[in-house]
Amino acid sequence: MAKASDNVSTVRRAKHGGVLTTIMAVICFLWISPILVVILNSFKRKAYIFKNPFGISSQPLASIGFEKWQKGISKTFVGFLNYANAVKKTNFFQCFGYSIFITVASVFLIVLCCSMCAWYIVRVHNTATRAIYLLCLFSMIVPFQMVMFTLSKFANILHLSNPIGITIVYLGFGAGLAVFMFTGFVKSVPLEIEEAAMIDGCTPPQTYFRVVMPIMKPTIITVAILDAMWIWNDYLLPALVLNINKYKTIPIAVQYLKQSHGQIDWGAMMAVLVLAIIPIVAFYIAAQKYIIEGVMAGAVKG
Amino acid sequence: MERAMRKYWPLFVLPTMIAFTIGFIVPFVYGIWLSFCKFTTVTDFKFVGLQNYTKIFVVNGEVDTTFLHSLWYTTLFTVVTVLIINVIAFVIAMLLTKGIKGTNLFRTAFFLPNLIGGIVLSYIWLMIFNSFLARYSKTIVSTQWYAFWGLVLVVCWQQIGYMMIIYIAGIQNIPGDIIEAAKIDGASGWQMLRYVTIPMLMPTITICSFLTLTNGFKLFDQNLALTGGNPGKLSELLALNIYDTMYGTTGWQGVGQAKAVIFFILVAFISVAQNKLTTGKEVEQ
Repeated sequence: MAKASDNVSTVRRAKHGGVLTTIMAVICFLWISPILVVILNSFKRKAYIFKNPFGISSQPLASIGFEKWQKGISKTFVGFLNYANAVKKTNFFQCFGYSIFITVASVFLIVLCCSMCAWYIVRVHNTATRAIYLLCLFSMIVPFQMVMFTLSKFANILHLSNPIGITIVYLGFGAGLAVFMFTGFVKSVPLEIEEAAMIDGCTPPQTYFRVVMPIMKPTIITVAILDAMWIWNDYLLPALVLNINKYKTIPIAVQYLKQSHGQIDWGAMMAVLVLAIIPIVAFYIAAQKYIIEGVMAGAVKG
Repeated sequence: MERAMRKYWPLFVLPTMIAFTIGFIVPFVYGIWLSFCKFTTVTDFKFVGLQNYTKIFVVNGEVDTTFLHSLWYTTLFTVVTVLIINVIAFVIAMLLTKGIKGTNLFRTAFFLPNLIGGIVLSYIWLMIFNSFLARYSKTIVSTQWYAFWGLVLVVCWQQIGYMMIIYIAGIQNIPGDIIEAAKIDGASGWQMLRYVTIPMLMPTITICSFLTLTNGFKLFDQNLALTGGNPGKLSELLALNIYDTMYGTTGWQGVGQAKAVIFFILVAFISVAQNKLTTGKEVEQ
């Protein structure tokens, strides 16, 4: 009896599953279709982008008949012309270089410095460490607008308006969340392991780098992923802190493609958007497992 | 061990604290001070008391409603996005935990927009909105409501995937024996949802609601790139309104800083409320 009902439910589930899969596949296609439309239009001549944005010819098939429609296709596409334009106008590869450097260097600094700081303030009990912890907590609830003016001016005075200096600004502004997440983890690490290392003759720095840091690896990955996503896509902080005439990151380059010409060169814009998305998708495919885990862990704590 | 560690503070704590002082403490304290001053840079300032704060609402004896409009517009925007994002993310998460084929691929696709930053994302949608609306000779900034729903759509598209991931984690954490017990008791699908899944997910729902709430309140990039605050200043959310006051008009930096302080108090209030609520829930369990 039980077996029969089991079978029924499996059959029903399988049937349901097929329908559901199809529906979800359609929804997913629609979900990412904006990206596909941008890719399609990045190969079109500027003038045709707004005429028939979702088709492959100069005008929709229904309005001009098959023959004209077919001719329209070759008129519409320009190959990689938009890309050449976009790369020249935005100096894209330089921006890409700055974006990569700033993201990697800042994430490295944040992970290294904040995990060390977190370990220290959990293991050493005094007023100062307690105060540091509370300050970090407090900084998490302060929106960037509150400090944007003073922060950018001070960064200027201290000569931090360049890709190297801005990593220190990111360390400072990102320290709150990072220290908070690391302290949460260190509290769960048993003291005995570290004590054993120290009894065996390790100095605190040796204990940290040989024993504590390897144990912290999962949290290090989480913090690195969350901060990398934040810094790579950040617009306002680098736009205010960096010397914009010399150094542009990708989001700034995209935004300035609009401002410098008043009107938007939509051909170049489409191409630049595709170029901006490619590294993100590549990173996502390569590190998907860690990204999803990072998001889950980050949400539970933050 | 503590004693051995203590003297190593210059190595462990100092680098972070120097950056933290430059990047947060000094700008924050100085920002509060400057909100009571008239200034153009950080070195020339004159104390003016509460003048900046009154100027937010009253300029030359006339009432200025720009900031209040922005506050109201932001609140409405936040409420709408919190509702839409959480409902849809929850539904998708439910569908993707049924063990259907292709779950991983679907999850990947839904999450993808979240990794694309606000600026890039907004230009993707600006192109799509404007080519749609061009047929009716309108643009996304024709009225503040076009702008409003445009922003809602962009933000939903970006954040649903993120919240979906958190909901999936929550659903998968519901103990199997509770579901089994409910099934044996003969609970229907709807009853299951109403009396088992949703109550068990309350902590997750609280987390996601507050994440979307603060995200909505602090939204900037999408606003700047998609509408730029147009038409007029009618589609300016708070963050953009502050930015615009500070950098758009000379001599108004102090007023912008005062607005930023009010904005900070609002955001801080939401965060503290969240903290109270989530810790309250933990005690219950």
